[in-house]
Amino acid sequence: MIAFLIRRVAGILLTLVVIAAITFAVFYLLPSDPAAQFCGKDCSADRILLVRQQMGLDDPVTVQFGRYLVGIFAGQTLGSGSYAVHCGFPCFGYSYQSAQPVWDLMMDRLPASASLAVGAAFLWLVMGLAAGVVSALRRGTWLDRTLMVGTIGIAAMPVYFTAMVLLYFVVGQLNLIPYPRYIAFGEHPFQWIQNLILPWITLALMSAAMYARMTRNSVIETMAEPFVRTARAKGLRERRVVAKHGLRPALTPVATMLGMDLGGLLAGALITESLFGLPGVGKLFADSLNKADQPVIMGVTLLASFFIVTSNLIVDVVYAWIDPRARLS
Amino acid sequence: MTLLEVKDLAVEFTTAEGVVRAVRGVDFTVEAGRTLGIVGESGSGKSVTSLAVMGLHRGAAVTGSVRFQGTELIGAPEETVRQLRGRRMAMVFQDALTSLHPYFTIGDQIAEAHRAHFGTGRRAALARAVEVLGDVGIPEPARRAGEYPHQFSGGMRQRAMIALALSCEPDLIIADEPTTALDVTVQAQVLELLMKIQQDRGLGIIMITHDLGVIARVADEVLVMYGGAAAEQAPAETLFSTPRHPYTQGLLDSLPRLDAADGDPLHAIPGSPPSLLSPPAGCAFHPRCARYAAAPEEVRAVCTDGRPPLRLVAEQHRSACLLDPPSAGRTTHQEVTA
Repeated sequence: MIAFLIRRVAGILLTLVVIAAITFAVFYLLPSDPAAQFCGKDCSADRILLVRQQMGLDDPVTVQFGRYLVGIFAGQTLGSGSYAVHCGFPCFGYSYQSAQPVWDLMMDRLPASASLAVGAAFLWLVMGLAAGVVSALRRGTWLDRTLMVGTIGIAAMPVYFTAMVLLYFVVGQLNLIPYPRYIAFGEHPFQWIQNLILPWITLALMSAAMYARMTRNSVIETMAEPFVRTARAKGLRERRVVAKHGLRPALTPVATMLGMDLGGLLAGALITESLFGLPGVGKLFADSLNKADQPVIMGVTLLASFFIVTSNLIVDVVYAWIDPRARLS
Repeated sequence: MTLLEVKDLAVEFTTAEGVVRAVRGVDFTVEAGRTLGIVGESGSGKSVTSLAVMGLHRGAAVTGSVRFQGTELIGAPEETVRQLRGRRMAMVFQDALTSLHPYFTIGDQIAEAHRAHFGTGRRAALARAVEVLGDVGIPEPARRAGEYPHQFSGGMRQRAMIALALSCEPDLIIADEPTTALDVTVQAQVLELLMKIQQDRGLGIIMITHDLGVIARVADEVLVMYGGAAAEQAPAETLFSTPRHPYTQGLLDSLPRLDAADGDPLHAIPGSPPSLLSPPAGCAFHPRCARYAAAPEEVRAVCTDGRPPLRLVAEQHRSACLLDPPSAGRTTHQEVTA
């Protein structure tokens, strides 16, 4: 197990370095000049040259990349003389736009993204599992058909459409809740829920539909397995056959998928955050893309990759815990 | 004592293509301490028959009568059948790797059956599991009870499957191809184990197989099934020495024989098993039947007119062939076993 974990963590680090290299290379090839950007609109050519030098942009790309990687862990000093700024661990550089440390920018935005992701995941998991299991066990009935037709319809609705419809009816017409704005959980838990409920539903609906369909297939498949027949042949009650022998293996792939989806969402749901003006990492990323703010884009890309590969590892460990066949002796 | 009495059992599945008549009126009885062998190729209805007896035919319509220890099971409340299932009649399935649950230990799975029927405590049920694992010849049963099915070898898994069936001391065991997935030496061990348990406890056994060698080894009575119906029914010795139905004769002829003359070709029954969706008119076997092909037109008309009934052709010997000629001695019991 220890050796397995060490191997996996090494793999994760390698993956992150490769992703960082690719992102870095893309920006190096772009025609935009970070120095001109950082310096501002009214910079003279001489001044831009000076800034280039201070930012180390004249060095070979490999040197720049190496400096970036080492800087993340060891910190780095940017600029020189009276302009020198030290950026400590974990150092992802400074935003060209706001001159704020990228790490601080991301951490400021993370709670909103995490709130959105975790709440939405909870919602779609409950809806998706319930609909999927009921559909599978009532296979072929009108309930099953209604649910499955409904999920196709919901899965076909784009996020921005759902968001607009919800905002129009719930906020605009029915005045059930005020227009959502982000309120931190620690500040006011109830308002946190009240303001996030629409983004949650928006983000959860499509996934709930997909999870329902996946769960249904998985449960139907598992209930036809010979080991379920054996459980019945033992004389167990049907409820126990379903709950213990059927659902556990049926839900294993769902748990795997949840891990990956949640990992991807923690670093921001770009569209949903933008639609509801949530100050999340996704919104930060979208804004930075518009301004070609390289350090922020690099930082968010690495953060997102980190969440995804880490959740993958967690999924694998959980999988081994659920299914003894996955435990390598 | 008669354990199980099955009369006119029919099983039908409704599929998108039509009604599949998997079993079309089968009769048999199983006595305590005796073994009934049910032989047939895939699609003959032998497995469906056993599942219907156990009440495990999901989504199928079952008619006829299944009386187990005097209780009628067809049409009985699910709870009545559930309480017998695993307790008084247990099943050993073909592929123990897929039939045992991959997530739970062997001990757990056996203990669960015991707990379900006797309300035993966790610890006592596990002790019982270890005991039956020992009974079926698993070395170090206490340790192996804590292992998962994938950690067992094929033969050990099948023993564990038998232990599971035995855990509640049933009166009847239905073994559906219990040795098909095993290699020959392990196959022999598993069959011996079943026979020994039968002798010790006076169990009734239904042995379902396509393997005539297995039948010859273990069965007291044999039911040969073809196309969802009984083709022939006789004590094992009689069946092997004087088979009456052309299908049974074809099966015995298609066994490879060591004493065959050089260059003697292996006999096969031509054609393939009948469709259960639209079975041939009359006798389901007639399109493949040598006796039918050889008979004059006016004589063989009976074969396509209607389904031939199972008729008594000798003492304790029934055959469903209307073209039955006087029987001649053929393969002996010993030769098939060898």
